[in-house]
Amino acid sequence: MKLSREMVQHIALLARLGLSEAELERFMEQLSNILENFETLQQVDTTNVEPTAQSIALENVLRDDETLPSLPAAEVLANAPSQEEGHFKVRAVLE
Amino acid sequence: MELCQLTIHQAAQLLSRREISSFELTQAVLDCIREVEGKVRAFVTVTEDLALQQAKAADQRIKKGEATPLTGIPALIKDNICTKGVRTTCGSRMLENFIPPYDATVMEKLNACGIVMVGKANMDEFAMGSSTEHSAFSPTHNPWDLSRVPGGSSGGSAAAVAGHETIYALGSDTGGSIRQPAGFCNVVGLKLTYGRVSRYGLVAFASSLDQIGPLTKDVIDCALVTNVIAGYDPRDSTSVPYPVPDYTQSLVPDLHGLRLGVPREYLVSGMQKGVEEVMRSAISRLKELGAEIDWEVSLPHTPYALAAYYIIAPSEASANLARYDGVKYGFSASEAESMWDAMQRTKQFGFGPEVKRRIMLGTYALSAGYYDAYYLKAQKMRTLIRKEFDQAFEKFDALITPTSPTVPFKIGEKVDDPLQMYLSDVCTLPINIAGVPAISLPGGFADGLPVGMQIIGKPFSEETLLRIAFAYEQATDWHKRKPPI
Repeated sequence: MKLSREMVQHIALLARLGLSEAELERFMEQLSNILENFETLQQVDTTNVEPTAQSIALENVLRDDETLPSLPAAEVLANAPSQEEGHFKVRAVLE
Repeated sequence: MELCQLTIHQAAQLLSRREISSFELTQAVLDCIREVEGKVRAFVTVTEDLALQQAKAADQRIKKGEATPLTGIPALIKDNICTKGVRTTCGSRMLENFIPPYDATVMEKLNACGIVMVGKANMDEFAMGSSTEHSAFSPTHNPWDLSRVPGGSSGGSAAAVAGHETIYALGSDTGGSIRQPAGFCNVVGLKLTYGRVSRYGLVAFASSLDQIGPLTKDVIDCALVTNVIAGYDPRDSTSVPYPVPDYTQSLVPDLHGLRLGVPREYLVSGMQKGVEEVMRSAISRLKELGAEIDWEVSLPHTPYALAAYYIIAPSEASANLARYDGVKYGFSASEAESMWDAMQRTKQFGFGPEVKRRIMLGTYALSAGYYDAYYLKAQKMRTLIRKEFDQAFEKFDALITPTSPTVPFKIGEKVDDPLQMYLSDVCTLPINIAGVPAISLPGGFADGLPVGMQIIGKPFSEETLLRIAFAYEQATDWHKRKPPI
């Protein structure tokens, strides 16, 4: 299956991943090749096969609703590219 | 023998007899790093000051008679495992300056033992790759032949253990990232059963497949490290609440009563002749040690595991890596017109080509209209592959395969051909899909290069794997060979 330029652009937008023109060209070719190779999966009959999300199945894991110490806010914010008054600083979301 | 060449158990004995100090041992390892690191490039960060400080503390502890087998032993930690106060880059520009405010659970456990951390290991960016060429900083070179790759993604960990730049290392394994480099560098690497080791503090790649594990010079060391890192952790809800045995108790050099299967799909076409020869003679050796061998096992869905893996892992990665938005931590593109533009540019300039490729692949497989054909289909394949392993383990105690179909390849050979690169994990990734444990150990040599033997077991059968590996290791001396650097 051959991916179109529009499709690759659409996927990049969904992932919020900026791509250069050269990357766009390269991914059109490489992703098409990879997906074509994965067509082999369609040879396998999986009717009535349940999907597995996790190989070592555990029952729902519950715990008591207890408050435990959190990381100090200042240490967490220390890695932030931009911060102000104890908050992460972001660009305007609404124009 | 030089001190840096010691195993954990040899060093621990000398430390407990007070014949050497942790400080001397650490100095010897740091000297070795200075000598060979320019050629091997196994480290992202060398933590010399921290190591010497921890060594002094360990010496105090040993003096007080409070040592454990890992106290005062130098270790290298893969750079996707969070180390409080020590930069953790994941081999990526995105996290080049990230200093974790907390320790991973495995680090808390090793710290409690009195670890001496000599540094953080180079790796393929976000653990995506099979050669360590996808590190944003430098490729790592294989100590057995500097023109070849050490495997990946835990290539720095494996190369450093082989090159005596550390006594042991931690890596992580999502589709073979501990075992394949262990095989390429002639060391022992164990991927435990999914859920056996806490993933808390491991930077997430594919959460349903990732496991932390040891890379060591021999099987005894592997058991010693596993003893410490395995166990339940309430902070990882996928970790299993089962008791942890003393894995050293399983190291019995006798294989009588064990039934081993050789799945024919793993002796694949395209496998190097030298690898096949090593495997045939290694398996004969296991037979001599008392194991019953069946060469006619079949796991017919094996050929589909590669496609299933390269749908599941990138899908999970595309979700996990969405967090790198340039807001909370990590690289942030400063030149941007809007919030969305900033996010797109942050990912564009923060991630390297393989990470972008997998984000694209995973986003596609999860997107509307393709989810059923790709992601859901792959999750159903996972059920079939796991069932097939379960059926095999009704008849066999373990399965024996090569770790990789080839010896270490040349640097540059596959880096521009993603499918060829993916194929080098063909023998290891079905194990992660099934969630079962597997160990790679030195199996022999082909054309002067290491060949790894992989032993696969049913869930929580690490003791059986260690027993088989130990018996083989005792009967051979491949693990004692030293690389020519």
